[in-house]
Amino acid sequence: MSGDAQKPVLEVRDLTVDLPSGADRPHAVEKVSFTVNPGEIVCLVGESGSGKSVIAFTVMGLLAKALKPTAGQILLQGEDVLQASEARLRELRCTRMSMIFQEPMTALNPVMTCGEQIDEVLATHTQLDASARRAKILAILERVKLPEPERIYASYPHQLSGGQRQRIMIAMALVLDPVLLIADEPTTALDVTTQAEILKLIAELQGTQGTGVLFITHDFGVVAEIAHRVAVLRWGQLVEFGTTEQILSRPQEGYTKMLISSVPSIHPRHREERREGKTVLRTSKLGKTYSSSAFFQATRVVKAAVDVDIDIRAGETLGIVGESGSGKSTVARCIARLIDPTEGKIYLGDTEIAAMPPRQLRPHRRRVQIVFQDPYRSMNPRMTVGDTIIEGPMNFGLGREEALKRARILMETVRLDPNSLDRYPHQFSGGQRQRICIARALAMEPDLLIADEAVSALDVSVQKQVLELLDEIRQRLNLAVLFITHDLRVAAQICDFVAVMSKGRVVEYGPATQVFENPQDDYTKALFAAAPGRHWEFGSFAA
Amino acid sequence: MSVVTEEVVDSASIAAASTRRRPLWQVALRNPNVIVGGVILLIMITIAALAPLLGTIDPTRIDPASRNKKPGTEITMRMDDGTTQKRIAHFGTDSLGRDVYSRVIYGTRVSLLVGVAVALISVAVGTVVGLISGYVRWLDGIIMRIMDGLMAIPGILLAIALVSIWRAGLVTVIFAIVVPDVPRVVRLVRSIVLTVREEPYVEGAISVGTPTWILMFRHILPNTVAPLIVQGTFLAAAAILVEAALSFLGIGIPPETPSWGNIMAEGRTLFRVFPHNILYPGIFLALTVLAINIMGDGLRDTLDPKMSKKV
Repeated sequence: MSGDAQKPVLEVRDLTVDLPSGADRPHAVEKVSFTVNPGEIVCLVGESGSGKSVIAFTVMGLLAKALKPTAGQILLQGEDVLQASEARLRELRCTRMSMIFQEPMTALNPVMTCGEQIDEVLATHTQLDASARRAKILAILERVKLPEPERIYASYPHQLSGGQRQRIMIAMALVLDPVLLIADEPTTALDVTTQAEILKLIAELQGTQGTGVLFITHDFGVVAEIAHRVAVLRWGQLVEFGTTEQILSRPQEGYTKMLISSVPSIHPRHREERREGKTVLRTSKLGKTYSSSAFFQATRVVKAAVDVDIDIRAGETLGIVGESGSGKSTVARCIARLIDPTEGKIYLGDTEIAAMPPRQLRPHRRRVQIVFQDPYRSMNPRMTVGDTIIEGPMNFGLGREEALKRARILMETVRLDPNSLDRYPHQFSGGQRQRICIARALAMEPDLLIADEAVSALDVSVQKQVLELLDEIRQRLNLAVLFITHDLRVAAQICDFVAVMSKGRVVEYGPATQVFENPQDDYTKALFAAAPGRHWEFGSFAA
Repeated sequence: MSVVTEEVVDSASIAAASTRRRPLWQVALRNPNVIVGGVILLIMITIAALAPLLGTIDPTRIDPASRNKKPGTEITMRMDDGTTQKRIAHFGTDSLGRDVYSRVIYGTRVSLLVGVAVALISVAVGTVVGLISGYVRWLDGIIMRIMDGLMAIPGILLAIALVSIWRAGLVTVIFAIVVPDVPRVVRLVRSIVLTVREEPYVEGAISVGTPTWILMFRHILPNTVAPLIVQGTFLAAAAILVEAALSFLGIGIPPETPSWGNIMAEGRTLFRVFPHNILYPGIFLALTVLAINIMGDGLRDTLDPKMSKKV
């Protein structure tokens, strides 16, 4: 590497990758050019379908057969990988460039120990004998800060946590000191505290090693946290390429401005505090314990939620934030009575519904409605959008014509064309489907709307619109909203009150401004400290 | 798209535009396997339906004068009114002088009937039991253990037992094949119900107060249609083979009703000298089962998205 330290490790020139005929656009990637210098982290950022992963896979030579690079060059230290033979590409992978993926569980082989999997890389690419390889593996495990390297070496992937698995992936990728590391959304599947650790690790390792990193993400927080330079992509085209400072503070292009303006601020919006609405929902010592018992097996008990006390008044938004497995969704599903709570009480207005038998519960169901995370699975694909919206009102005796008339009004409420009621869910985009789900919930004229990670699957620009819509509806209908999210930025923008959950318990609960500005609990402090890009205030730009 | 465009165009909406869900049968008919299998099967069905019009005579008519004739022999039949009639025995005659061609053609009826009946009954019973098992959690363990028990009974053994209690006949055969097949359908339906009931759209329907029976028929059951069509074809093919095996062993369809299995059973003793007694029903049997299996494969490829071989 001596001599060409100043030369970029990766240079992508006018890369064009064709999509198969019949796709929604001719090119997956069109005339994209950028460089990655040694010791530099370049972030490829864009919304879903922008072609960022296609670029990564093209560089690695791992592109699906249907996609064909048709023009341009990809120079890895001057060598064009598009021209390289299959055998040469195999040589280059791991030794000169390597990749880590989003989901470390599926990227690792479940029936081999972690040590053996790293060993495979060394055995393929080096002449080292077994003991030298083992020493090298233990050293790299130490370098990625895994505790007890010996034990980790002999562990299977399922015995490790998500963060540890991602460290194994990083160890495997870096064991041969490649000049280029491609990271494809490596922290998206991880919790925010784990994400912070992994980001720190990647930054540290590439700093000491001088590795060039091509980091793919959709999260501007992550960009602000680690990137040196940023390439913004949209529909396969490069919109803007510049230093992090340039792109985040002085974006030139309208699209970049719009994207950055859509990133919710981590600082809660100040709202006047009023607690005058009547209490719509109150839980008292709410708990859910899962126990699995089978023949010849000991009973396993999991306490998913313990002693949860929350209350929401009309016109208020209560956010429940927490990492995966903290029990926030369990609480939401108990309140919607999609699962039966095992302890405690749930008061809907004055009615206690926690232990109400299904037949009595039915009239109360309409008072609590829920919007789910996955817009692609929350509507029956075989039913038209209209039938989906009117199903609820018709269950409660409304005539079809009348219900359809109301559905048309609701479609306008969620800003969709009422004439599209006879379409099927797959004909709508993710954001539009989420609007339809909101319309379905509103059709029941609920007192309480539960949004269970309702914007988590959406791109940031669409997310902003759905959030604004939710907030507007809350104000107009004086709805109580229970907003479940893992995203602190989203919570900061939409919630009046916040409950922070960890391991099934509410560890901190109070007005959003207070919890965000002055957290008391240790866990809350750690959680907020881990939020990527928390030091960066994303500006608002007129596009 | 006439939908009000969002302020920002969302790339997913481009992909979603202009695609419309096709009916299942339209999707299936684009697969060559489905067409090839379907055409052969259609020919078999036509043969079964038009058996009396295809130059056949009474398949049970015994003619001691023309026993064991090779295919293509001209035989003289003495009719009941004393007249004689000449005809060519295309597939030869068996050891009782019965016309093998007529028997094979009429045998098509039995085989297809068994196949269709077993598939329909197993799927119908299995779907109901599977739905209950998948949805009523406390019954699940009980039902599934019973199903495990049923699956452990070999069809042939069950048939022998049933024939010794009742008498050999079509109903007994169908019953004996259906019993071990039902659990397969139950397991399939139950697994689909268990997956689908966790889908957000089902939970969404629950939270808008949809009654359980509507939930079943509107949201859960439609998901089982495609896999059940596929499963049904394989059940039918297997049933036709099992019926043939049972009849071959003499515990299936009684000899007075010709079925491919019992034609072969009767030809067994003189197989070396007169192979035609086994050859022709064998060809029909193999062709029918092959056609159903080819069609089943095609249906699975088109109807089950997980099996499709796209990039």
